[in-house]
Amino acid sequence: MHKAVTIKKEGVPAVDLTKCRAILAKHTGATSADLIPILQQMQDAYGYLPQNTLEEITASMRIPLSKIYGVITFYSQFSLEPRGKHTIKVCTGTACHIKGAPDIKKKITEVLHIHEGETTKDYKFTYEPVACLGTCFLAPVMMINERYYGKLTTEKTEHILKSY
Amino acid sequence: MKHLKIPDDLSKYKKSLEAKHRPDTTRIFICTTGCRALGAEEVCKAFKDEITKQSLAGKIEMVETGCQGLCTRAPVLTIEPLGIFYGRATETDVPEIISRTIQKGEVIDRLCYSEAGKRIPYVRDIPFYSKQKKIVLKNCGSIDPRNINEYILRDGYAAFAKVLTSMTQEKVIDEIKNSGLRGRGGAGYPTGIKWEAVRKVQGDIKYMVCNGDEGDPGAFMDRAVLEGDPHAVIEGMLIGAYAIGSQKGFIYVRAEYPIAVEHLKIAIEQAKSLGLLGNNILGSNFSFDLDIKMGAGAFVCGEETALIASIEGKRGMPRPRPPYPATSGIWGKPTNINNVETFANVPVIFLKGSEWYKAIGTESSKGTKIFALAGNVKNTGLVEVPMGTTLREIVFDIGGGIPGRKKFKAAQMGGPSGGCVPAQHLDLPIDYETVKEVGAIMGSGGLIVMDDSTSMVEIARYFMEFCQDESCGKCVPCRIGTKRMLDILTRITKGEGTKEDIGLLKELAEVTKTASLCGLGQTAANPVLSTIRYCLNEYEELIDKKGSQSSTQQTPVTQP
Repeated sequence: MHKAVTIKKEGVPAVDLTKCRAILAKHTGATSADLIPILQQMQDAYGYLPQNTLEEITASMRIPLSKIYGVITFYSQFSLEPRGKHTIKVCTGTACHIKGAPDIKKKITEVLHIHEGETTKDYKFTYEPVACLGTCFLAPVMMINERYYGKLTTEKTEHILKSY
Repeated sequence: MKHLKIPDDLSKYKKSLEAKHRPDTTRIFICTTGCRALGAEEVCKAFKDEITKQSLAGKIEMVETGCQGLCTRAPVLTIEPLGIFYGRATETDVPEIISRTIQKGEVIDRLCYSEAGKRIPYVRDIPFYSKQKKIVLKNCGSIDPRNINEYILRDGYAAFAKVLTSMTQEKVIDEIKNSGLRGRGGAGYPTGIKWEAVRKVQGDIKYMVCNGDEGDPGAFMDRAVLEGDPHAVIEGMLIGAYAIGSQKGFIYVRAEYPIAVEHLKIAIEQAKSLGLLGNNILGSNFSFDLDIKMGAGAFVCGEETALIASIEGKRGMPRPRPPYPATSGIWGKPTNINNVETFANVPVIFLKGSEWYKAIGTESSKGTKIFALAGNVKNTGLVEVPMGTTLREIVFDIGGGIPGRKKFKAAQMGGPSGGCVPAQHLDLPIDYETVKEVGAIMGSGGLIVMDDSTSMVEIARYFMEFCQDESCGKCVPCRIGTKRMLDILTRITKGEGTKEDIGLLKELAEVTKTASLCGLGQTAANPVLSTIRYCLNEYEELIDKKGSQSSTQQTPVTQP
């Protein structure tokens, strides 16, 4: 929940705003209650929340940028940094924990050279922390994008990662 | 789809559906939600291809269902009317299942559930199923959750139609109060009293909220209900909304549950087009509109005031109560919040009556409870039992006991807010009060079984790490208390603990419990206190030895 926030004004390439404006156009008359759904759609469209899209949201919704940052940094789903093509979430719930999730996490770090919260240099994978995926019967389990992989072993994990 | 204009239309519609039903069709029910992770979709596709190839359409029908419970055998399928249960099926098994089991009625041994070396092909004989009592999960795993007609064929929305045509708001609340239904989200507050409070508050706008932010590590019953029987939750919400006078509802679901969101969207769409959601439902004066709100990954949003802040588009931080949401909730309006499982209990109370309902369970806790059984137990999965069932029955009779040659050590109940129930309490009848007495909580119903190789200190450290990470940081006792307790627990598990640490932990636990703003902080110390209560020797051993004990992290991966 506690994210280090870096607001890079310079050197960050501004993204094309066509998709951003299309999303905002769908929400004319949006109130602050629509902020989270709008941010979710923005992140779906761009993979992360680029700086200039947030400036568009501020202007269009009349919500201060500071408030928007407040919301983004509170929820673990949102990212201010570009993310990998695939998102890996390894369940660290109780059942997975006692069935070997720590070994699976070690294996991922070993294969991809990244830790939780990081993205591979080629932007292929982002490795995200998650508390519990609610699929304890599959323990230990991980999710890549929206697909679940259950009853993992370290060998199986390596094989799955290499299949992407 | 037909638009139902008056209550009678619902029963007529149901009759028209029944007329189309062909009893001679073999139906294969396959779980394509939880089992998706282990290839259920591929098996389902193989069946469909084979049915087309052999021109068996009309004779064999595939029904894609939600969770069937016995997740350890995933992917699972049930063949009706034969009543045969198969697990761990793959695409290559499909032609044989059709030619041998469906066409000749033979049982394929290798796909059967087995216990103590004995194969049990029929659902009715499998102890995992025969010892459960399914009220809330009665449709889960036996209907297609993406088809409202299947829900209506199971008397779906009949309870709501009955309420709408023949009961006043007061009568609905009296019925719920009489049933003894208590909140299934954890605290066990009586649902009828909650509804009554919101009904009595003056206001033209009132909100009905379903809390589906199931975040406890180890709990997945709400996910299963939302995925497997979403209409039961919607119907429960409709009845509640009618009783409190609400016209607008929200279902708050975790972003980590994509299938639940998908099935809910379909369910809401279908209910709208049938006229069961929207304006002047079934020709009455009652209107109700329902929206889905997706969480964004914050455990604390399961707390009701944080959930309200999140729906309003803010940082999901809790605030002090009072005022309670009943008087000042979303945008300051009266708001009623119940858990997924609570709502799913509501329709059956009106279909069968509160007297019938309250005959199930114990003196203080009525009805059934769904448990998510996981960890070191043979039959991991979803279990529904009457309140008052003992832990032994759940873990050993239904769960099949502990795999390997290991022994039962404890069951962790209630997730990070709960505690451990050790072997000496195996025969305790589980209800809200008894669980509390032994230092755990019912919580949402996560039940993690631990064998004798599990280090309880490590488990306490694990939960504290979770709470510390999820603490929103608003109040000091929780923000700093969880951090300091985590520091101490980490120190002890590393073998660097001192004798004073246990006393310090207890002191910190007490302060965090008393002074924190919301449930997260107030209960964060429970796993620590409960492990100190029952497994003090493990703490002392670690401190005395000044060396790392074999922690869970070093335990090799065990496969069921």
